[in-house]
Order: sequence, then structure tokens, then C-alpha cells
Amino acid sequence: MSSPAMIDRYRWWEIILIYCGIAVFLFFVLAPFLEGFLVSLKPLSQLFSSPYRFWPENGSFEAYRTMWISVPGFARYIFNSFFISTVVTLIVLCLVIPAAYAFAKFEFRGMGILLGAFLTVNMFSGAVLLIPLFRLMRSMGVLNTYLAMIVPGVAFLIPSAIWLLRTYMIRIPQELNEAAYMDGASHFYTLRRVILPIAMPGIIVVAITTFIGAYAQQFIFALTFNSKTEYMPLPVGLFAYFGKQEVIWNELMAASFVGIAPAMVVIFFLQRYLVGGLTAGAVKQ
Amino acid sequence: MGVQRSTVIFAWILLLPAVLYVLAIVAYPLVDTFILSFTDASLRKTTNWVGWVNYDKIFNERFAEVIIRTFVWTFFSVALKMVIGTFGACMLNAAVPGRSLFRLLTMPPWIVPMAIGIFMWGWMYNGQFGMISGLLQRFGLVDGPVAFLAYGSTAFWATIVTDVWIGVPLVTIYFLAAIQSIPKDLYEAAWTDGAGRWYRFRRITLPLMVPAIITMSMLSLIATFNSFDIIWILTQGGPSGETTTMIIDTYQTAIGSKKYGEGAARAVLICIFLSLFCFAYFRVTRRLNPEKRA
Repeated sequence: MSSPAMIDRYRWWEIILIYCGIAVFLFFVLAPFLEGFLVSLKPLSQLFSSPYRFWPENGSFEAYRTMWISVPGFARYIFNSFFISTVVTLIVLCLVIPAAYAFAKFEFRGMGILLGAFLTVNMFSGAVLLIPLFRLMRSMGVLNTYLAMIVPGVAFLIPSAIWLLRTYMIRIPQELNEAAYMDGASHFYTLRRVILPIAMPGIIVVAITTFIGAYAQQFIFALTFNSKTEYMPLPVGLFAYFGKQEVIWNELMAASFVGIAPAMVVIFFLQRYLVGGLTAGAVKQ
Repeated sequence: MGVQRSTVIFAWILLLPAVLYVLAIVAYPLVDTFILSFTDASLRKTTNWVGWVNYDKIFNERFAEVIIRTFVWTFFSVALKMVIGTFGACMLNAAVPGRSLFRLLTMPPWIVPMAIGIFMWGWMYNGQFGMISGLLQRFGLVDGPVAFLAYGSTAFWATIVTDVWIGVPLVTIYFLAAIQSIPKDLYEAAWTDGAGRWYRFRRITLPLMVPAIITMSMLSLIATFNSFDIIWILTQGGPSGETTTMIIDTYQTAIGSKKYGEGAARAVLICIFLSLFCFAYFRVTRRLNPEKRA
């Protein structure tokens, strides 16, 4: 592998230019987090002082302590977010593992069309189907329960999960299937004992991306199908709480940072898988 | 190649759970939307068939405005995502120390819960104390605070910028993968011919990125057209409807005013647009990669 560096070296001014470009780009990407973090450190009095000061003076982590008191359900919101995402991920995996295996290993008429049909589900956001989904949840009697957020959430995460897992399953050599089949193993036995263990890394990646997707996207269903504070996931809980009164910004930002911490940890430890999984899902057809 | 019947049956058994689930939660609601759009469904117990009335109501002055606004909003958002994504991918592709860390740092907007990132933008746009207004004043570019979300024209652009911010990481990483898949010997050949860096970018990198850019802009178009959270959290369609896109309008009609029938008619219209985009996407990607049909 020859990198561009081997072709010709960057001159010193080119390196400076590149770093400037990267700095500008990353500033755009990270500015809200930086600002949010600084705001969470500032005491309220300083937030509303003129002129604008970028850095906090005598900043403290006070807001991180007071938010637990002023946002009564905060711990519960975090629990809800995790609980909903976990259940959604488990259901998606149960549905997707067999389906992805079928898409990867069997070929017969209509398969391509079916896969295409799954992918078109990605085209519709929950917002478009909100009215009938609302009626559906109402008739199922699950409004204002966890299920109202879990059931629709699963559907919209299935297509990309199938697609991603299929790319892993395709790499499993066909001979393994045939060998197992020759030995008289049933289809189900082959799937459980031969394929699943080999596909495990792929399944783990799909589980992680699905969990992140579920964690990141829980807004509109939770906003519309649930009005009970005790079932609200974090984003909606914060939205509802801070929508009610004057926003206590430093606490909102502190709460936001506690809320995004898990995602940050995931990025840090699993970045390799994330990028691989993402590009596998994106570079398609 | 003949496939055994037992194999086909087995494959269908594997597929059935996922297929049935999606049919129940996506396909059935889709059909239900169409049916509802011809009724006067609301909170009232009875629902009457009203034919095209809801569609008639849609095509008044205001809604034409909403459609146009949606397209303008979507166009600028997607265009900016592509430009910034291309720029970011080229920067992150350069072989400089710290590259992998920089790549890692592009991820957060895409990974963290969308709503929470949007809260942070809400603060950034705050007129009296927000960072953007504050920095603009600091550098003397404006005199006095700018309340971005309080005026139609600035709110329109503020929501676009936030939408771009959420979309950029995915686009950047996708484009980065596209750049890295360009055969290295092309660059080497150009270099031995004495081509400069800019020339190589213009003649090799950019042309070979075109399929990725087209594919991504189609996908991005569909996602952006559906964008709800950003506008809802920042402005709820305001001020005075300046950020009301079709999806926001549908939500306000159906969930806010509880006019399910009228809302459904609007949703059907969105579905028609989405289907057109979707159809175009499949056509284009097929044309771009004729040999790699999965």
C-alpha cells in the first residue's frame, strides 16, 4: 500500500493549510459540544451577563449536581432511554438474523424485489406514517406505555440491520453450508451450530449500530405516543421539562452531556467497527 | 440452478417474521394513510367518506408556499452537506499526523441522540447569550444581539445549518471511503507525468467521486425531506410559519389540530414525493454500478 505521502511529500505550507482546513471543519462539527460543555460549567449569573464571554469564569460542575434535583425524573429518563433501546435492539436481532441469513445464502425468484422493498422502508420516516401508527397504537391499547415507542421503533431499524448483516453473512463460505448439509444436518441445525458462531462478530456490530440508532432516534414516537413522564426517554423528557418554564440552560447542557456520554464511550471504543459497518451498509448495489 | 423446495420453504420461514413485522408496522399504515386521506377522520367518533375534499383544501395558497419552502430548504441543506462533506473527506484523507483522531472527532453529531445535539444548537442561536451572536458582536460584525430563531429568514437558515451539521459526519465518512477506494496507481501515473496536486484532485479524485456524491445526495435528499426533529425542537415551524415544511405542517394538522383526514392527505403527498425520489435513486444507482448488482 502506497500512501499519497510516498508519491510526494507535503511541503510545510501545505501541511499548515491542511491543518487549518481540518481545524475549520472540526470546529463546525464540534462547536455545539464545546459551547454546550462550557455553558454547563458556567454559573447562571454568568450565562446572562453581557458582553459575551467564551470561557467560564470560576466555572464549576455545580449544574451537574443541581440538575438531579431540578429535573425530578432525570435518572428515570436515562433508564427509559436505555431500556427502550435495549428491547428494540433485541427484537430487531431476533427478526433480522434469520432474514439476513436467508438473503445471503439462498437465491430464488423475488428475492431481489423483496430486499429492495425492505430498503424502501428506509425512505419513510416515522413522521410520515404518524397518523395511522397513532391509530394502530391506540387500537393495540399501548399508548402511554413503553411498547408505544418500541413497536414502531423496531420497524424502521430493520432494513439497515438486514442490509448490514447480510454483507457479513455473504462472506461465510458456501461450502460450510453444503458440508453440514451433506452430513445430514438440518437447515436449522446448520444455522444455529455452524453459521451463527461464525457470524457472531457481524451480529455484534449490527447490535451496536442498531442500539445507537434506537438511542439516537427516539424522539418523534416518544413525543407523540406517550405523555406519561415515567416512560419518557431522555430527549423527550428534557424537551418536555424545559419547554414548560424558563430554560435553565446550564442544567440542560449538563443533563445533555450526561445523556450523550454513553454514545461517546461507544464511539471511542468501537470506532473501527462503526466505520466498517457504516461503509458496508452504504456502499451497496 | 434448481433450488430444492424444502430450501425455498426454509428460506421463507426465515424471512417471514421480519416481512410480517414490516408489513404490519409500515405497509399497513401506508395503506391506512391513503384510506384516511379520503375521510374526515378526527377525534369525533364517526368518520365519513368525503372523497377529494382534503386534497382540495391542500391546494390553497398557503400549502403551495409550504411545498416550495420544503424544496428550497431541502435543496440548500443537501447541497451544503455535499460541499462540506467533500471538503471534510479531502482534509481527512491527507496523510498528516493525527489523522485517525480527526476522523474519530467527526462522529459525534451523527452518533449522539439527535434531539440533544439540537438543544445545544438552540443555545448557540440564543440571541442574547448564544455563542454565534456573541462572537459576531465580539468581532464587530453586528452591532447588538441577533436572535436567530426569532426572525423568519434567519430561522430558516439556522434550521438548515443544524440539519447540515447532523448530516455531515455520515456524508464525510462515506466520501472518505470513496476516495480511499480510488486506485493508487492512477495518482502515481499522474505524478510521474508531473501533474500537480490540484490537477490530480480535479482530474482524478473529483471525477471518480461523482458516483458516491450522486448516490449520497439522493439518500440525503430523502432523509432531509423527512427532517422533523430539528425544526420541531428549534422553532416548531415558526416564526409565523417561516420554517414550516411539509412534514411539520402534516404534524401540526394531524397531531396538533387532530384533523387526521387532512393530515393524512398531506402525508400522502409527501409519500408521492418520496416515491419519486426513491424511484430516481434506484434508477441512478443501477446506472452507476451496472456490474455490481447485489
